[in-house]
Amino acid sequence: MRDTGTPKKLVEVKNLKMHFPIRSGLLRRVTGAVKAVDDVSFDIFEGETLGLVGESGCGKSTCGRAVLRLYEPTSGSIIIDGEEIAHAPFDKLRRLRPKMQMVFQDPQASLNPRMTVAGIIGEPLMEHGKMSAKDRLDRIYELMDAVGLNRDFANRYPHEFSGGQRQRIGIARALALNPKFIVCDEPIAALDVSIQAQVVNLLEELQDRLGLTYLFISHDLSMVRHIADRVVVMYLGKVAEIGPRDGLYDDPLHPYTKALLSAVPEPDPVAHDSANRTILQGDVPSPANPPKGCNFSTRCPVAMDICRRLDPEVAEVKPGRFVACHLYNETTSQTAGNAAQTVGA
Amino acid sequence: MTDTPVTPPRSAPRSRLSMAWDSDVAHAFRRSPVAMISALVTILMVGAAICAPLIAPHDPFNPATLNLMNGFTPPGTPNMFTGESFFMGTDDQGRDVFSTILYGLRISLFVGFAAVGFAMVLGITLGLIAGYVGGLVETIIMRVADVQLTFPAILVAMLIFGVAKGITPPEYRNDVAIWVLIIAIGLSDWVQFARVVRGATMVEKSKEYVQAARLIGRSPGAIMLRHILPNVLSPVLVIATISLALAIIAEATLSFLGVGAPPTEPSLGTLIRIGQGFLFSGEWWILFFPACTLLILALAVNLLGDWLRDALNPRLR
Repeated sequence: MRDTGTPKKLVEVKNLKMHFPIRSGLLRRVTGAVKAVDDVSFDIFEGETLGLVGESGCGKSTCGRAVLRLYEPTSGSIIIDGEEIAHAPFDKLRRLRPKMQMVFQDPQASLNPRMTVAGIIGEPLMEHGKMSAKDRLDRIYELMDAVGLNRDFANRYPHEFSGGQRQRIGIARALALNPKFIVCDEPIAALDVSIQAQVVNLLEELQDRLGLTYLFISHDLSMVRHIADRVVVMYLGKVAEIGPRDGLYDDPLHPYTKALLSAVPEPDPVAHDSANRTILQGDVPSPANPPKGCNFSTRCPVAMDICRRLDPEVAEVKPGRFVACHLYNETTSQTAGNAAQTVGA
Repeated sequence: MTDTPVTPPRSAPRSRLSMAWDSDVAHAFRRSPVAMISALVTILMVGAAICAPLIAPHDPFNPATLNLMNGFTPPGTPNMFTGESFFMGTDDQGRDVFSTILYGLRISLFVGFAAVGFAMVLGITLGLIAGYVGGLVETIIMRVADVQLTFPAILVAMLIFGVAKGITPPEYRNDVAIWVLIIAIGLSDWVQFARVVRGATMVEKSKEYVQAARLIGRSPGAIMLRHILPNVLSPVLVIATISLALAIIAEATLSFLGVGAPPTEPSLGTLIRIGQGFLFSGEWWILFFPACTLLILALAVNLLGDWLRDALNPRLR
């Protein structure tokens, strides 16, 4: 299933900014902005799974939603399959909707409690394309088979299902229009561990069979390691590091990635006790008032002077490895070299 | 995947009726004597109002059937001139009080239902738009609602009624009076629907199923009607029931004040206004029976609304 030639970029996100205005006072004047996503760029190649990780509130869900235009992005460009969607008008966007779909985090809230399963899965089919009622029902049954739902359940309501089954309904709805690109917004976070594996396996199987491209948003680092081909690490609305899965997990470059990966629980008790963990001090700063310079400078164990003054650019430091950190910046490499040694020690 | 045979579902879908019978609300209903009695009374009154021409012994609006000699006949006793007997007595013009109540109930209930229906349509529409669209639209709608809430509803209704009366030519006044009454009461009552629907819409709007519908490409109107509206209806049902009682009372109040239903189409309020003129001369029944009817009707509908509010709110159980 993996591409043999040069992989084609399916999704290109450039300088995406999603700022939510803070209004205060009697006149509701804009007094500031929560910079939920601040100047984020990444590409997703056709057929791959891009993992998007970060701690709660770092803007990863907002990023996923902005990519599908569930929010109006403040600025930036989003190109999906050759079409610019960041500022497309409603009609054009509606025409492009079938290509991009989403699997939501909360399977309870993502299904309308007043609609039957057939109604939920059939809604996208009603909205796009003119199918006869019988064709539509056939397609609904086909989708239910594809996600492993019993056809007998078609006339039931969402509250009659378990969490895993509801998530399957949500996946069937996302698949109804044969999308190319699916954003999975923490699709397993609300599920039991035993069900998580089932849903992830289902997503992988569907990817192989239908050639889907995923943006897989999660805070579960082990799950992302399992499913993703490449990984984006976000911190406080910005990209910290982008890299292929194995490279990034084996040799994290950004100090934040190192700290994040060292927090993954170790099942082997001996290794667990001897693990050399980086424990970050303090809390994530408020995205309404991010620190000057590098976002991570307030908590970074190896922060330098320049980090508090200058915001690092995302740069390719090794083939395929992009990092936003002064440690790897050529012009500051001298000081960086010393600091890097300190990290190693 | 494509060549799998399509089999119809084996278990037949449950009918809406059997689902309704098994629902929590139906269970709560069967366990509440107050709810059952008030529902029964309400249904009886509505039924009596609908079937008034069949039940009523006289047609109070046909002057040919009236006999002025029957005027002021006390309930249950034969008239001293004609020997006719009326179990709720007659008024000054010899109209059978029971018949006028049945016809009055018709008008009161019609005005009540129509006014609540009008208020509901208006309030739900504006509430949905305010809650879903937000921004300036929401500010304008909700400020208008707030300003209207600072006036007593009956004052708003009288104001609308007065303006409408001023702009309609006198020869049509009696014909349009009922409709003006409906619009006046409806307009004074939409605010609470709008507020509740707006609040519920804002809650539903943030849920992921609404975002899923947006992702499919559904238009805002379709999302409001197909997705949000069905999920905000249960609080609306409660308010509608309680509003019905209030609308009936508002209609009676306006008619009692002489600005409501015209004398040619007397509602319960008109009957009470007519009756109170005879209270001190001893003909108590002309006032008493219409007033009792209004009391029982308003009480029954109100109790039903209260029960419905409790039944639909799981936290109160």
